[in-house]
Amino acid sequence: MLNRQGRPSSGGSPEKTAAETVSGHRGLDHEERLIFEIGRPEVSGVDLPDIDLPANRLGGLERKAPIGLSGLSEPETVRHYVRLSQRNASIDASFYPLGSCTMKHNPRLGEKLARLSGFADIHPMQRQKTVQGAFMLIAELAHWLKELTGMPAVAMTPKAGAHGELCGILAIRSAMQARGENRDCILVPESAHGTNPATAALCGYRVETIKATDDGHVDLAGLKAALNPGVAGLMLTNPNTSGLFERDMIAIAAAVHGAGAYFYCDGANFNALMGRVKPGDLGIDAMHINLHKTFSTPHGGGGPGAGPVVFSQRLARFAPLPLFVHDANGFRLVEDVMEARRGGAEPLGRMCAFHGQMGMFVRALAYMLSLGADGLRQAAEDAVLSANYILAALKDVMSAPYEGPCMHEALFDDAFLKDTGITTLDVAKRLIDEGFHPMTIYFPLTVHGAMLIEPTETESKATLDQFIAVMRALAMEAKNGKAAGFKQAPILAPRRRLDETAAARKPVLRWKPAQPESA
Amino acid sequence: MAELRFTESHEWVKADNGVATVGITRYAADQLGDVVYVELPQSGKQLKRGDEAAVVESVKAASEIYAPVAGEVIESNGALSGNPAKVNADPEGGAWFFRIRIGDTPALDTLMTKDQYTEFVKKL
Amino acid sequence: MRYLPLTDADRRAMLAKIGAKSIDDLFADVPEAARDGHFALPRHAGEMEVERRLSELARLNIAAGDSAFFCGAGAYRHHIPASVDHLVQRSEFLTSYTPYQPEIAQGTLQVLFEFQTQVASLTAMEVANASMYDGSTAAAEAVLMAHRITGRNRAVLSGSLHPHYAETIRTMAGLAGEIVSAPVRLGEAEDLAPLLDEDTSCVVVQNPDVFGFLRDLKSIAEAAHAQGALLVAVVTEAVSLGLVEPPGAMGADIVAGEGQSLGNALNFGGPYVGLFATREKYLRQMPGRLAGQTVDVEGRRGFVLTLSAREQHIRREKATSNICTNSGLCALAFSIHLALLGELGLRRLARINHARAVQLAERLTAIKGVDLATPAFFNEFTVKLPKPAIEVADALANRNIIAGVRASRLYPHEPGLTHHLIVAATETNNAGEIEAYARELEKVLAC
Repeated sequence: MLNRQGRPSSGGSPEKTAAETVSGHRGLDHEERLIFEIGRPEVSGVDLPDIDLPANRLGGLERKAPIGLSGLSEPETVRHYVRLSQRNASIDASFYPLGSCTMKHNPRLGEKLARLSGFADIHPMQRQKTVQGAFMLIAELAHWLKELTGMPAVAMTPKAGAHGELCGILAIRSAMQARGENRDCILVPESAHGTNPATAALCGYRVETIKATDDGHVDLAGLKAALNPGVAGLMLTNPNTSGLFERDMIAIAAAVHGAGAYFYCDGANFNALMGRVKPGDLGIDAMHINLHKTFSTPHGGGGPGAGPVVFSQRLARFAPLPLFVHDANGFRLVEDVMEARRGGAEPLGRMCAFHGQMGMFVRALAYMLSLGADGLRQAAEDAVLSANYILAALKDVMSAPYEGPCMHEALFDDAFLKDTGITTLDVAKRLIDEGFHPMTIYFPLTVHGAMLIEPTETESKATLDQFIAVMRALAMEAKNGKAAGFKQAPILAPRRRLDETAAARKPVLRWKPAQPESA
Repeated sequence: MAELRFTESHEWVKADNGVATVGITRYAADQLGDVVYVELPQSGKQLKRGDEAAVVESVKAASEIYAPVAGEVIESNGALSGNPAKVNADPEGGAWFFRIRIGDTPALDTLMTKDQYTEFVKKL
Repeated sequence: MRYLPLTDADRRAMLAKIGAKSIDDLFADVPEAARDGHFALPRHAGEMEVERRLSELARLNIAAGDSAFFCGAGAYRHHIPASVDHLVQRSEFLTSYTPYQPEIAQGTLQVLFEFQTQVASLTAMEVANASMYDGSTAAAEAVLMAHRITGRNRAVLSGSLHPHYAETIRTMAGLAGEIVSAPVRLGEAEDLAPLLDEDTSCVVVQNPDVFGFLRDLKSIAEAAHAQGALLVAVVTEAVSLGLVEPPGAMGADIVAGEGQSLGNALNFGGPYVGLFATREKYLRQMPGRLAGQTVDVEGRRGFVLTLSAREQHIRREKATSNICTNSGLCALAFSIHLALLGELGLRRLARINHARAVQLAERLTAIKGVDLATPAFFNEFTVKLPKPAIEVADALANRNIIAGVRASRLYPHEPGLTHHLIVAATETNNAGEIEAYARELEKVLAC
């Protein structure tokens, strides 16, 4: 079966666009070579004494060959990375409506507080009496997560959303084993994010796909038909990846539980619900929360994230080590599985070394304390309002597969581009020239040429209006057959379209020094 | 006598003297876009009809290729490993994927003829 | 509220455009009972208030810098040059996303390409990825990768692999097959060969190990290869690669490491950064993101994420891993610190670390009753004390010396390790601190 997303993979035609300069730089945009091309072996940007090691204890294992690193002075280093940074789009600089990523403003207070030495300069294995403040912070964050979701327990250690999913599905697996049942299948909607089936497969489950209805929701009848004693659980995203609330959620939960299975919720879209709706009231057994989406910790160019998982009473005892315990002596960790079992827990194992993403916990808690229950609710409402505003303002010139209203993200497809020769990819590349980071494209897989727009609550109406005006203009331009402005785009970015085919056919994944020509 | 048939998942299969050669159609290659890598089965592998036999990767997609008939893999096309672009250039000729020794030639009758496949594609 | 730009007037205008009477209309699909939750949580607060509250919590912790600090066991305290943290806080690095639109993410992509090159060079392997969450999950992914490559599913773990890493491997890879742990052998190179068989996909060895002990991996590499299995080498102290023979030179097939030592503060255990490197021939089985070099339509060099067809967003249930987010900003910090150090600086830094550890080891073992349990080491070693380590560590802590990590905290069920302390010394420990440690230990043991 072909995987047809309509996504083209070759670039446009080479037509030079900007004035050539002698240096190759263009005003404030600088060409910057690799550190290996700039650096020199005799240079270091760190002053360290050159000491002798007359007698060493290396057991004869001293490194012999050169490592192959180069060194830069501090000014060269700073210039290198500042120049590179200037070639990146960021939420600080522009509207970044990436559906399902929740690119909201990253508060700088979080950066300040995470760097307090009492949080940054503490070691995970130092005596627990000396880090009670850290445990208190984790406990407070855990409390917020449980209260916001209406769930009684939370596992704090998963390092990202996908890691949290793994934790949740492993908990389900452990629960099944404890029941003495050997179920082998997980149900996943066809609109699910790729991490869902990948996680299920990692846990040894077969994945069965549930189709969507014509109006973009999980087909309840289809789900019921798929439930049988071989199904261990359902993984559902709510709101779903089309930006719609699964209104049959309670019936879905009842059906899943009725079949003896567990209900895992992918919490990536929690930004639509926080402070208003408790997923615990909807019947879930586990849900991961992306602190780097919903709770404003910065995306950092691809991480780090944090993916704590809330659990229902049924699954709580399977939470992974370490457990956080609070008793008369204060806070401490339970790191030993025997000790955990004596306390009635049946940990599924350990998700990673040490105790979780403390740096992200500080930032997330600072955000929660700043917004409070009222602010979080307002944020969720503004996120939903902004997405609906965009849907309402664009659905006459673009094509929305689902009428609306939506939740925190608005889904469009490429039907409005039919017969123009312009693709979703081309529209995205043109948006780059317009100064916006493009929306999520070709996801979810259930519509053709998907464009998923998630504005979040931290954009002013003026920004939304500007985006709407630009999208309307682009849609009209596309329909009027002016393809060049799309096919050639982007022309104003530091690079034009890049040859991804060549990159995949002959991968070059590291710099190598130039080889001398062979005789 | 060689017989050329097609599947709904866009594989072609040419059976000749107990050996079936399998590849993907021009339509499939065009849909995939630039092919960057092909993962082919090992010789000796036993395939049932409908088993996943190979994987074709383009930059943004990966598609499974299924065995249209049962048999034992006797050869995979080594030319594709260093040159996946061949799949886009010549999918129905030089860029065949693998050959299998087939047990039951009659199983081919359930597959589409070239005319039937052409009609099928028109409706997609 | 300061993070929410919309005004009530804005909201009214937007509702009007949508044609909804109130925001509640937009939540109409939520079951009524769940639509309007109430939460026992406080209302919003200003920056000053939040800062006061969290600073209070921070002050309850004793920072490593406020004592003479000697803990390691998988996380190491090094000096991070001021430029590093300044650069990672640049908006365009801090607040950008995964580089899915490469034309406007050349900064991130070039950094990842440089990072991959640095990691490959450090480990002496052929290719590295753009980071994993941390060393422990990287080790688990390495085991799964070895299973895929060899078509087998039994993994053998060294007894002196960091117990948290071993537990993580059991959790994340335990469903895929058998995991066998060798018994703990302190201060000697284990002979793992007898544990290998034709079902073994890999053997996992940490070097320096959790006790700090250094060994030659060549013989275990040979034993593994003789059985058709792979050697997975784990490195938890990246600075060691500035002085110690790298895993790639000793026959490793996959290297899973922790990069926290360079550019990243201790942060109570996270966020950290996983290093992952392997041989070119195993490239397609490698999990995680990869940045690759290419050109744009004008022929200029640029970088893109590549070989994505292995990953979850395309292969879904057949992906090499479920990983999506990695540890981008921590990888950036690692890369900047290493760029600043260069080969010259890293080698000097590593020599200083080793010299400090040697100095400390000699001073401590000069004390009656204190024995060195790890004859070869880099910047971390294990001593056997004449009293239980928990008492000694407590007494030293009361004298403001955080003396190390008790082996029994990591191995609670090993009766033979109750008197052992794992001690790390880095460039941040000066002669005065080393002297103070020795002096106070002598006093404590004399009581």
